Parts: sequence; structure tokens; C-alpha cells
Amino acid sequence: MPLKRAEKTPMPVRDPRERALDFGEVNRGYSAAHAVFEAERCLRCQEPICVDGCPVQIPIPDFIHAVATGDLPAAAKILRSANPLPAICGRVCPQESQCEAECSMTQHFDPVGIGHLERYVADWERTQPPALQSTPSRKEKIAVIGAGPSGLVCAGELARLGYPVTIYEALHAPGGVLRYGIPEFRLPKTVLNWEIGVLKAMGVTVVCNVVIGKTLTLDALFEKHGYSAVFIGTGAGLPQFLGIPGESLNGVMSANEFLTRINLMRGYEFPEADTPVRVGKRVAVIGAGNTAMDAVRTSLRMGAEEALVVYRRSEKEMSARVEEYHHALEEGVKFHWLTNPLEILGNAEGWATSLKCQQMKLGPKDASGRARPIPIEGSEFEIAVDNVVLAIGTTPNPLLTRTTSGLLTNPKGCLVADEHTGLTSKSLVFAGGDAVTGAATVILAAGAGKRAARAMHEALAARVH
Amino acid sequence: MARILETRRLTPVTKYFRLDAPLIAASAKPGQFVMLRVREGGERIPITIADYDRAAGTLTIVVQEVGATTQRVCALEAGDEILDVVGPLGSPIEIPPGGHVCGVGGGFGSAALLCLMHQFTERGDRTTAILGARSKDLLILVDELRPHCNNVEVCTDDGSAGFKGFVTQRLAQLVAGEGPGRPDHVVAIGPMAMMRAVAETTREAKVKTLVSMDPLMVDGTGMCGGCRVTVGGKAQFACVDGPCFDAHQVDFDVAMRRNKQYVKEEKQALERLACRAAREAH
Ligand SMILES: Cc1cc2nc3c(=O)[nH]c(=O)nc-3n(C[C@H](O)[C@H](O)[C@H](O)COP(=O)(O)OP(=O)(O)OC[C@H]3O[C@@H](n4cnc5c(N)ncnc54)[C@H](O)[C@@H]3O)c2cc1C
Ligand code: FES
Repeated sequence: MPLKRAEKTPMPVRDPRERALDFGEVNRGYSAAHAVFEAERCLRCQEPICVDGCPVQIPIPDFIHAVATGDLPAAAKILRSANPLPAICGRVCPQESQCEAECSMTQHFDPVGIGHLERYVADWERTQPPALQSTPSRKEKIAVIGAGPSGLVCAGELARLGYPVTIYEALHAPGGVLRYGIPEFRLPKTVLNWEIGVLKAMGVTVVCNVVIGKTLTLDALFEKHGYSAVFIGTGAGLPQFLGIPGESLNGVMSANEFLTRINLMRGYEFPEADTPVRVGKRVAVIGAGNTAMDAVRTSLRMGAEEALVVYRRSEKEMSARVEEYHHALEEGVKFHWLTNPLEILGNAEGWATSLKCQQMKLGPKDASGRARPIPIEGSEFEIAVDNVVLAIGTTPNPLLTRTTSGLLTNPKGCLVADEHTGLTSKSLVFAGGDAVTGAATVILAAGAGKRAARAMHEALAARVH
Repeated sequence: MARILETRRLTPVTKYFRLDAPLIAASAKPGQFVMLRVREGGERIPITIADYDRAAGTLTIVVQEVGATTQRVCALEAGDEILDVVGPLGSPIEIPPGGHVCGVGGGFGSAALLCLMHQFTERGDRTTAILGARSKDLLILVDELRPHCNNVEVCTDDGSAGFKGFVTQRLAQLVAGEGPGRPDHVVAIGPMAMMRAVAETTREAKVKTLVSMDPLMVDGTGMCGGCRVTVGGKAQFACVDGPCFDAHQVDFDVAMRRNKQYVKEEKQALERLACRAAREAH
């Protein structure tokens, strides 16, 4: 076996001082030479366990081998056969806890840069002429609710199987979290728009500004609009608040509000675009997931001089992708670990001025399997802030379930659905993504959309005509 | 996209629109609202549903020019399209039947009483609408409301029409048993200051009162929490849990303060729009 290089070929990135001032993408992507160089590090294991680490089982060594031999069309085809959103997943998947965690190289060296290679192939694919248009060959119409990754992937898969598909999206633009949550500097909208373009070319209809459960009921989709099956991919978009005093002060908002104002509504172009967002000198973001990293790095780009993360657990329990954490550190974000917010204090005009916190220490493991933070008596202190952004989690939006009878949810508000098929408690109604799992990941949502599409196909084929 | 079928200037700052919006018209209920966006890069703004015609598939809204976006809406005419209209959003107003319902409308808020009072009158409730404005020429939709209400009461600050004084002064008389009599339910829709005054008018007499809150909104679907209002000490999302809440539980101080978060930016946007208009006029 040829000797393998120990280090992963680094992703070329923009200078932190320069990039923290604009919304341009941070990662520049591999060059062709980087890609081949990195692809050659793959050991092509007999039993590639990296594939087990991938929620959608991409035949990883196969596509990487195609890159190594310069056969990009083949690489793209292999990728797409398993993952319909490779350009997006290559950018946002937590590879370090999925495929790359399993890579055999990690026994001694860095793992192969599977995510970087996935992105490279998918970006190459976007420079190629788009796939051929197709027209539906089946008569059963299918409705997809929500144009996030689960809905988009489900629709794409159904279109491939020949079904006429319509996606109903509540907002004025499709994409779900990929549109309103994940910022441009991490996932350029051109990538998302290209994927949606592919779906449209495949004959998928996207209808925006329709809230199922409000504009139309789910039952009406079957009864009045003639759909034979429905997929629910409505996500987990309802922001949680801490319930501490001062949360209604001006300058305090959910990360969803902050990011939506900026990403979906293009608040960074105000006053060219109409939606403003007020970002002060000191911004404290509460939480340490991907949403928190996106919010805190966005606040720097909106002119904050000091951007902090406040998290009640420690660095080890943080759920953000490592790459985002490193990028945040490089850009000058400060982290207050083991710090629990108690109260937000404000001035006479009702604007937030400081965050009262308490120091924590780690105790025994809790229900989530992570060390439970325990308050340290008498450790209260204040951090001066102009904005507090809450990124402490989201739950499924009850708009649809409140207005639909017979759709079971669990105590957390998540839809009850079969793990393998996505079938809900209602016949011919399937669901997947965050609406079922609670806030999770793009790839899990995509995988669920794909599995549900296959199950819908089987269910429709099995119906007695 | 929704085509505008008809427009009418009601006052120098309010305009009536009838839109072709069959899906929304089919499911709209009194008390709900729609979100509009008029241009690429434009903001999403909530507008109360004034009326709807399910058979014709049309939706009526009344827009008051308060900022750059509402000015842009009011510049549109019949035949134009509104880029995005989504709804009906929020929870409908629910009031137990059989009582005397009094709708109080201030400014453009009178418009929302159209479908609301119609619904209550139709099912046999006794209905009174109290409409207020500074002067006669600023009153809107008085004649349109008459067929939908048992009584329509008009108030003007300067006495140029109807009762001379504020809607709350007239409401206080009703609560005391005068005129059409003490209402069992009051629904107030209009400027925050008016709704707050209505809440104070009915608080002691314990007349059940609903107010239609209009906080700043981004999505209108429960996704951002920007619209939260404090009701009974708890944060509620106006776009999902409201927009109508128990007036006696609403914290108006917090609501008014939160609505001022972006005054500076709103002023900036208005000035820009005015500059552009001036440039184009040259
Ligand atoms: C800021 C942020 C950063 C993230 N970063 C990462 C990351 O780096 N990597 C990663 O893997 N994951 C990340 N995630 C998580 C990931 O984005 C989600 O797990 C994923 O988007 C879920 O997809 P979905 O299709 O289930 O739902 P969503 O993406 O939430 O899409 C749901 C869509 O349904 C629409 N909808 C809701 N209700 C209705 C209705 N009643 N009628 C019509 N339409 C409706 C919504 O408007 C929305 O467009 C991040 C999340 C956030 C918020
Ligand atoms: S407007 Fe965003 S949650 Fe109500």
C-alpha cells in the first residue's frame, strides 16, 4: 500500500479579518489539484465503515475513487444516487461526527476530507449543463408541505419516480432553514437556488405563500384538491425562550428572528432592502449549537464590536460543527462557558443593557447523556450587552397539527411517524425531517424525505384500483 | 401574487383594496390577518382582514399609510399585483353567541369590523359598532357597516359628526347602560393608545374585552417570536396565539415600547422613499 499523508488537505479559507466584514462565503473550496491530492489519501477499505457513518449511505470510497481518477461525471452520479443535496451537505453536514468519525485513517492520522470532496464534486456539477427536463408519467398527484431539505428531497425523489408533485411553502421563498437560517457566508443562496432549479426542471411545482392548516387544510388537499398522498416536512421552526426576566426588552430576540431578518429578508442590505435589524456594539448569543454560531458570526458581519457566546455547559458539550466553532474563534468570537443567563437588565427606555449570569460547574450526566451543569452559589456577574440573541432550540410549529384531526404528536409536539417509512397516524400522510425528530440536521431531513418518497410510491402502488 | 380588483381612497392616508385571493377568501375568518410583501427585498407586513366574499373569491383589506411599505401598497391601483399575500393567519375571534357585542374601531381599525360585525349580527347577536376619528372626513366605512350592525355610533373629536368626543367616552356611556345598553363583549381594533383606553374603560365594569394587537412581525407564522406580547405576565406570539387577546391581561406598556424598536429605521426608509419620489417627479 502506498504511504498516506497524515494531514487532511486544508480547506482554503478567506482571511478571518476580511471575511468577518462581509457575507461572502468563508470556505473557498478545493481546487482540482487539492481534490485529487486529498482523494488519493483514501485507503479504499474492503469494508468501508465511513459509509455506515453516513445517514444516507453514500458509497464514499467509490465517489472518492472517481475523483482520484479524474472522472467527475461518475463521482457526481454516485453522490447524487445517495444524496440529492450534495453541494449543501458538503458544506453543512457535521462530518466530524458522521462519515469522517468512522474513517479508518483516524486510527493514526486525520480522516479523509470527505465533506470537502463532496462539496468539490457537487460544485463542479453546478458548472455543467443541468439535467434533462422530465414530465410526470403517473396520474396520482402528491403534495409536499414545506420546502425545507426534507420536502425538497422528497419532492425530487417522487418526481424521479414519475409523480406530479406540488410543494406548498408558507414563506415567500423555498428552502426552509437553508433559506432563512443558515447564512450566506456558509451556504450561498446560489447553491440552494440551483438545487431548486433542478427540481423545477424535473417538473416539481413550488407554490409559496400557502400555509397548510391555515390557507388550506390537510384534509382539503385530499378531498378538494385531488392529491393521493401527502408528505409533511414542516420542520421545527418554533423558537424557544428561556422564560427569564427581561426577555421582552428591546434588543432581545430569538436567533430565528435575527437570522430571518438578515437571511430571508436581506436585512444586511437595509435600506436597499426594507427589513431592518438593529445590531448594537455588544451582542451576546445564548446557546452553542450551529444556530448560535451562525447568529454570533452574523452579528460580527452586521457591525458588532464584541460578539459573545454564553453557554451553560462546557466546550465539550457544544453541539455546533467543529469547523464553525474554529471559524468563530478565528473571527474573534469570545466564549463564556459554564455560564447560565439569569436575567436581562435594561435601561429606562426599555433597551437591554446587560446580561446577569451565574457561573456553573459540571455535575453527573443528565437524561441527554451530557454532564449536567450545576450553579455555583454566589457566582453571579453581569456582562454588558446591547443585544441578546437566544439560540436555545426550536420545536415543531403547531400550526398544522392544531388544525388537523387524527395526526398524532408526541409530548414534545413532534409528529409520530414510522421510522422506516415516515407514515404518520393518518393514512397516506407521511412525514420526515425536524417535524418528526425535533431540530436535527439537513442530512437526516434529506434522508427521511427520500425514504418517505419510496414508501409513498409503494403505498400508492399497493392500493387496490 | 394577488391581483387588485378595486381600490378606493377612503381618507388621504387610508385606501381600500379588493383582491383576487380565492384560497384566502375561502378560509378567512373575522379577526385574522394576512402578510403582504410588495417588492423583491421588501418587508413582510401584517394587515387585518376587513372582509371577504367566499363566492367571488375576493378579500378586502384597508391599508393606512404609516411607513414606507404601506406607502408603497397605497401607490398600487386596480389591475396591479401584490407580490406576496399569505393568510389567513392568526386565530379567529371567538365570542359566545347570544349577547350584545360592541365593536370599537379607531382609524383603519373600523375596516376590520366589517366581517366581524356581520358574523355576529347574522347569528342573532345584538351588535353595536362605535367608530371614531378626529373629524368627519376621516371616518371610514360608516355606510358600509350599517347593514351589518344593529347600531352604528359615530364619534369625532371635533364634533363634526355624531358624538363629540372619543370612542371611549361613548363606550363608557354604553357600559353605564345608556343608549343601546351595556355590552356583554367589546372588541377594539385600532391604534394601540385607543385599545389601551378601551381596556381601561371596561376594566372596572368587568365587560369582557378583546383587543387586536399589532406588534412588529417578520414571518407571521410563529417562526421568529418577534411578535410576542405580554399577556397575563406571559409571552404570547400574536401571529399564532392572537392577534386578539384579553384586553385586561395585555401589558400595553411593553407592547408600545416594543413597537418603537425600529422607529429610527422606519423614518430613514420613509425619507428615502420621499427622496426617490422627488427625484422621479423631476
Ligand atoms: C441557523 C441554523 C443553522 C443550522 N446549521 C446546520 C448545519 O450546519 N448542519 C446541519 O446539518 N443542520 C443545520 N441546521 C439544522 C437543519 O437546518 C435542519 O435540521 C433542517 O433544515 C430540517 O429540515 P426540514 O426539511 O425538516 O425543515 P425546515 O428546513 O425547517 O423547513 C420546513 C419548511 O416548512 C415550512 N412550513 C412549516 N409549516 C408549514 C405549513 N403549515 N405549511 C406550509 N409550509 C410550512 C417552513 O416555512 C419551512 O420552509 C441548522 C439550523 C438552523 C436554524
Ligand atoms: S411574526 Fe414571527 S412569530 Fe409571529
